[in-house]
Amino acid sequence: MSETARANILGRLRAARRTSIPALPAWDAPAYAVDERIGRFCQLLETLHAEVHRVTEAGWPQQLRTVLAGRAASLMVAPETESGRRLAADWSQDAPRLVPYDRPVEEMKTTLVHGVDAGLTTAVAGIAETGTLVLWPDAAEPRLLSLLPPIHVALVRASTVVDNLPELMRDQGWSSRMPTNVVLVSGPSKTADIEQTLAYGVHGPKELVVLVIED
Amino acid sequence: MSDFTQRAPIALNDPTLRRNFRRAMDGLMSKRAAQFADPAAWAALRERGAMAKARAVARLPELLEQLEAKCTANGIHVHWAETTAQANAIVLGILQKAGAKKVIKGKSMVSEEMELNHFLEGHGIKAVESDLGEYIIQLAHEAPSHIVMPCIHKNKGEIAQLFADNIDGLGYTEDVDALTAAARRVLRDEFATADAGISGVNVAVAETGTLVLVENEGNGRLSTTLPPLHIALMGIEKLAETLDDVAPLLSLLPRSATGQPITTYVNMITSPRKPGEKDGPQAVHLVLLDSGRSRVYADEQLRDTLRCIRCGACMNHCPVYTRVGGHTYKFVYPGPIGKILTPQLEGLDCAGDQPHASTLCNACVEVCPVKIPLADLLVRLRTESVHSGHSQAVKGAGSRRSLHETLSWRGWQFMYAHPWAYGLATRLMARLGNLIPAKAPLMRQWTSVRTKPKFAGKTLHELARDKGFDHE
Ligand code: SF4
Repeated sequence: MSETARANILGRLRAARRTSIPALPAWDAPAYAVDERIGRFCQLLETLHAEVHRVTEAGWPQQLRTVLAGRAASLMVAPETESGRRLAADWSQDAPRLVPYDRPVEEMKTTLVHGVDAGLTTAVAGIAETGTLVLWPDAAEPRLLSLLPPIHVALVRASTVVDNLPELMRDQGWSSRMPTNVVLVSGPSKTADIEQTLAYGVHGPKELVVLVIED
Repeated sequence: MSDFTQRAPIALNDPTLRRNFRRAMDGLMSKRAAQFADPAAWAALRERGAMAKARAVARLPELLEQLEAKCTANGIHVHWAETTAQANAIVLGILQKAGAKKVIKGKSMVSEEMELNHFLEGHGIKAVESDLGEYIIQLAHEAPSHIVMPCIHKNKGEIAQLFADNIDGLGYTEDVDALTAAARRVLRDEFATADAGISGVNVAVAETGTLVLVENEGNGRLSTTLPPLHIALMGIEKLAETLDDVAPLLSLLPRSATGQPITTYVNMITSPRKPGEKDGPQAVHLVLLDSGRSRVYADEQLRDTLRCIRCGACMNHCPVYTRVGGHTYKFVYPGPIGKILTPQLEGLDCAGDQPHASTLCNACVEVCPVKIPLADLLVRLRTESVHSGHSQAVKGAGSRRSLHETLSWRGWQFMYAHPWAYGLATRLMARLGNLIPAKAPLMRQWTSVRTKPKFAGKTLHELARDKGFDHE
């Protein structure tokens, strides 16, 4: 069925008169002065209801513990990532409890869906234009880590914050290396479906905590 | 089916509906305007987005083949459907093969076109809408009234009642956070136990075989990540040539739609779960739906309809839509885009009233981020709807042609071509016009929505002559 449908659809499209292909006009996404960039990034994220902390490379595990104190009894981490290893080494036994996402989702569903308070991911970049985190999940850092726990903690290095998405795509050569999934995150999960009133955490995290590592 | 002009007064006389829409549309219009405050930046971005879509439409057949090849290489199964019935059968086949009993859905207008939920229920598969707006209207057994905000016609009180009636243990509350939390609770369990997720697609990138989905809630990401199987549905026109085109389109879409610079999530899916990865669906299917689009493509002018990125800005700014709401149109796509798309997909014989439900004020043309000449297309479809020859451009062309209207225009034409007939007719109307009852034939169509004009007693020519003009 699909084969005939394919032939018929393409046949009809091909039978139509061709029109000329217009040229793509030049367009530049907004750019910012170097000293403005990080400020804009942090400020926009805060406007988008994220909580932003400027932290240091050496101190972020302890700073994160302070941030989560009283809010999260457990933090899910990707144990094979650099940040996962750092926390495992830095944090002692007391709260928050570290929960490793170390098996396929099928074996961890209950924990993921109902059983953890927060999840930690590391962004590969930040975008100043829109206050956006770029997540590039892989075998070590699973996709649901940034989605199911009620609090999403994201680490982003200040040096990776760029002006805009086109620049990032070009500089990192995305078109030849798209992974299974890329997610751009700008704030916590939200909805305005009920009378245009903003409500957070409708399906994904209710809170987004961003640690900007000054490097 | 009743005509739009018969349904419109019902909506116009519903004060709750009027209030709900007015408030929502005013908010959306001012938020959008704030996003495009700089005219030069808006013009440049819009031109870039419009040309990206124009190029994608111009190269549609080869881009579809490229998308198919890329997706297949990435491990995504691609299916083609000429009709919504075929698309439904494809989805059912995939679900049955996987033994799926329950699917969780992200927002998809194509699935509304297919009436997929109803079809699946008929085959023993439960389909649960997870977008909050879609969930609300599913509880109410209604259709979306807006393509971006499906339950915009409902106010807090109506939703509170609906939730109190349907969600165990939840009393009546108008607290939006409480309502949202209740929906989260119910839908979390549905997500965790769903056998498959079904989503739409905002942009499919031919260059990389990537499906781009935008959303604020996270339900789209959940639907496409948590269940073991993901089926994405898209119209064959939702394409971009390259990843480079995605950025301008991503900048135009949410700003035009809801006045947000970016949605909370932009979800780019390029393959199913790879070996070693811990989550994501094991299988991803993409269903390409034609359902009349290739016919739209046949006409070089009407083809511009296929640029649409479904932002909804045209309806938010439409003086007709904002007053009568989405349900008055009776089709899946309301507002200006619906008025041009529906008659082309369904035929002018069954949706011929749609292009007439417009004042041609041009508001939609001014806001459309991809520069679709909506007003020109409305006029073109009106012409097609009364076409005399055998125009093949649109199904059902000529179906609104009436003897009465044709004769009226013939008479008009004759009058304007023959000065003696013109003089006679205008003098007659000046003398006798006021005696004709408003409900008389020929007069009736005009006076049904307007006050009957008062005739002056003398024609313009006579009045001019009285004033001393002796030349025309
Ligand atoms: S026609 Fe233009 S304004 Fe209307 S939904 Fe489509 S892209 Fe948006």
